Amino acid sequence: MADHPLPDPDVAREWLQTMMLIRRFEERAGEMYAKAKIGGFLHLAIGEEATIVGSARAMRDDDYLISTYRSHGHALVRGTSPNGVMAELFGRVDGVSKGRGGSMHMFDLERRFMGGYGIVGGNLPIAAGFGLASDYLGTSDATLCQFGDGASNQGTFGETMNLAALWKLPVVFMVTNNQFGMGTALERHSAVTDLQRKGEGFGVPGMECDGMDVLDTYHVTLEALRMAREERRPVLVEAITYRFRGHSMADPEEYRTKEQVAEWRKRDPILQWGDRLEAENVISAEEREEFDAEAIARVDEAVAFADDSPPPAPESLYDDVYVLGGQVRGWYSVDERSAGVHKGEDERALAKDGAVMPETDGRASTGEIPQQMTAALEAQEDE
Amino acid sequence: MAATAQQQQSTGTRVLRYREALNEALREEMLRDERVMLMGEDIGVFNGAFKVTAGLLEEFGEKRVRDTPISENTIVGMGVGAAMTGLRPVVELMTINFSLLALDQIVNSAAHIHYMFGGQVSVPLVIRMPQGAGHQLGPTHSHCLEALYLHVPGLLVAVPSTPADAKGLLKAAIRDDNPVIFIEHEYLYGQRGEVPDDDEHVVNFGEAVVRREGTDVTIVGISRMASTAEKAARILSEEHEIEAEVIDPRTLRPLDLDTILASVRKTNRCVIVEEGWPHGGVGANLAALVQEQAFDDLDAPVGRVTGADVPMPYAKNLEQIAYPHEPQVVQAVLATFRDL
Repeated sequence: MADHPLPDPDVAREWLQTMMLIRRFEERAGEMYAKAKIGGFLHLAIGEEATIVGSARAMRDDDYLISTYRSHGHALVRGTSPNGVMAELFGRVDGVSKGRGGSMHMFDLERRFMGGYGIVGGNLPIAAGFGLASDYLGTSDATLCQFGDGASNQGTFGETMNLAALWKLPVVFMVTNNQFGMGTALERHSAVTDLQRKGEGFGVPGMECDGMDVLDTYHVTLEALRMAREERRPVLVEAITYRFRGHSMADPEEYRTKEQVAEWRKRDPILQWGDRLEAENVISAEEREEFDAEAIARVDEAVAFADDSPPPAPESLYDDVYVLGGQVRGWYSVDERSAGVHKGEDERALAKDGAVMPETDGRASTGEIPQQMTAALEAQEDE
Repeated sequence: MAATAQQQQSTGTRVLRYREALNEALREEMLRDERVMLMGEDIGVFNGAFKVTAGLLEEFGEKRVRDTPISENTIVGMGVGAAMTGLRPVVELMTINFSLLALDQIVNSAAHIHYMFGGQVSVPLVIRMPQGAGHQLGPTHSHCLEALYLHVPGLLVAVPSTPADAKGLLKAAIRDDNPVIFIEHEYLYGQRGEVPDDDEHVVNFGEAVVRREGTDVTIVGISRMASTAEKAARILSEEHEIEAEVIDPRTLRPLDLDTILASVRKTNRCVIVEEGWPHGGVGANLAALVQEQAFDDLDAPVGRVTGADVPMPYAKNLEQIAYPHEPQVVQAVLATFRDL
């Protein structure tokens, strides 16, 4: 633990509560995935809660946050309802992205959570674009862009560092170094493992924080955001952390040892922060348990909400492909709606009648769970 | 540059080159809306590789006309981000071949963001790029890839072939809230044409235009091939007594299929001319649509004239036979009459 003084007790408590919420949310999401309530890929941020909460709490309300395919925690920390995030995982109409995005594509414009992005490194240029707009419009908004150690090898990393430095954009790039790009260890995927230095050649100064320590992450991000906002220049922050679970639920974790995981688990960010708050008399042991019970209850509510939410209507399949009203005068005006000899005007009616799209029960239709996923699930159940 | 007042009072036309018409569209939209800004490689100090942006840096300054490093994927991605948060960027890519470096941001980001985030945010971004052979630029600078972008839901695709359409469609593209792939043609940049003398000259997407009326065969020409088709139609009339109707769809997404079908129902024959590759091409797609919708009206199989199925060669003689000219179009039309 870095020796920063504690923040206000209310602030310190809220950080703990939010980290607990993210932890419990992710655990339940994993369970729901095992029950096939959630389809596709599911990337959990268990172990990375301090990085998420510490950095996001250094932001102003008007700042932009942009994330990766591991995006549930970033939505929750910005205040997006767990109901909407869970419903999105369930593929329901009340999901934050109306069931169009899934786990990797959460979004909440109102809270300036500008989305999870499924392509590794694909969010970096977009983040620079937010910075460009802030600069162009003369606001004091800054952008915090989250990405993983694996993304630091993408071409967009170098391109974006250069452009952000060249145009003096108010963006903090936070590389969440959880030691693995999927199953490839840091020292096997990056020639330079001191990731904060990877921006230097492009003119982006680096900083480092203990991503297992919410307070250190907060202070370093706060300073980085200040530099971005006031000095008008990008900063690269490396948050050193670890994900306790596999890359996704489909990860048998053959690339690391149980001993390594156990070693990092001793530095569990929620335990560390809770212990410190208890030791410094900010909270009692009972309060800690209450917080955890509240988090569990909140997540229970989210699961119930998601379960009750209906699946998106089949006839909504083509909604929001285009913004209508300008050059796309009706949803039917772009031809080739689906296979078959018809122009598309009747698609909605056909869908309603079940002629084009079969009705489903709204559950994620994952079909057979591949063997490696089953192995991963069993491994986690053993924990 | 004509004064705005003069443009407004006149309902006439002026003769402009295609590149000048595009320049006017950019300039007028930048004057109309402060959120419109330009980004691209060498668009400022250099005035643009094809001079489309000439004079705009001088007029609007470095804030609104930005020279970028050579980083196509990131330039487009920044355009996406800026479009999501209040700007209306127009990104120039130097050729359509270079847009391949930006395919991730074009497809995975620009085209999908509105849908994958449940309609919460839109991406009012225009990505301009020229295409086309004829300047001996070889296999990495000469292709016609509109079919690639036609393939992607969420994008609008424009392929203007005249100065008037170039201007009107670009103005429409900038004003629209969807991401637009705006495909210009290198050969057309220097071509002249009448342009309405009106700074509200907007051409709507999804409205094809009949370039030449005829009764015997419908020829659909894409991008530059609209003008090649017109020239072929004159030959058909003069030498073969065949009156061809020539249609320029002007945009591929949305596609004005109705105008094409109405023509086919009248002429009972259809030939599609494009410069791009045959497999999975615009013509392949359009031929499928025409036979699905108007099979009973056709007196002959739908004909296609396309670029050769090869990377574009450098040698002048090879390049010239690798993309369609009037004789191939005439031949393809005559083939639809062969059995009668």
